Amino acid sequence: MVPISYYLILSALLFSIGTVGVLIRRNPLQMFMSVELMWNAVNLSFVAFARQYLNMAGHVFVFLVITVAAAEVAIGLAIIVLVFRNREHADVDELNVMKG
Amino acid sequence: MLSSVVFWLAAAVAIVGAGGVLLARNPVHSALSLVVNLAALGVLFLLLHAEFLAVVEILVYAGAVMVLFLFVVTLLMAGTKTPKEEHRFRLAYQFLLAGLFGFILLVLVAHVMLGADWISSLAGPNVGSFGSIAAFGTALFTQYLLPFELTAVVLLVAVIGVIVLGREHGANR
Repeated sequence: MVPISYYLILSALLFSIGTVGVLIRRNPLQMFMSVELMWNAVNLSFVAFARQYLNMAGHVFVFLVITVAAAEVAIGLAIIVLVFRNREHADVDELNVMKG
Repeated sequence: MLSSVVFWLAAAVAIVGAGGVLLARNPVHSALSLVVNLAALGVLFLLLHAEFLAVVEILVYAGAVMVLFLFVVTLLMAGTKTPKEEHRFRLAYQFLLAGLFGFILLVLVAHVMLGADWISSLAGPNVGSFGSIAAFGTALFTQYLLPFELTAVVLLVAVIGVIVLGREHGANR
């Protein structure tokens, strides 16, 4: 059996990659996908801990996280479509309407 | 040991997929890389005795959510100029590689059909009912019933929100 620390390191790596993605991408969709990456990195550590302590709570929590993530994707994509439908390039740096 | 081999392979594929999300210029390539990453995570879930979650990860995440993503990506990119390299991009020996992978997949599926014992032995010795769908359902519908019911509210809010956001502007104002 692979030690749990490997899973946690992998999870941390994926989470960091997702964070970097949110920070460096300017396309809102790619930022959103990076956020999905972060959700899933956390899910992996949940499942790894559940396996370690033989506790189903981790699985239930991952299930709920996936549900919430699906809802988040639906609403987030609707907002992105609304905001960027009439623009030439989808770029979050163009959103400066509320700039003081 | 075979399970470490599977772990390292899946971990490598997951990281490569994540890197693809990060580095791809074209959002479609990002979305497809994310699918690769999610599939690798599904394999890792299997390795951790989370069979149901592995299926959910593939079906709901890599399936439904990513299709939604691809729809929106193509919708938003419809009017914009596509990168030039996109049309020229073609893998060398594309058909050969696809055929090879198809054959490997066929062998794997046939092997699984004929005897799935070695696959379930990858996840280590069975630990009681941990990870079974029965244990999952029992936990979800007894101890964690309230959070489960609350997700229904979350989904309802999402549906109503999307309907409100997607309404034609100026229709009711």
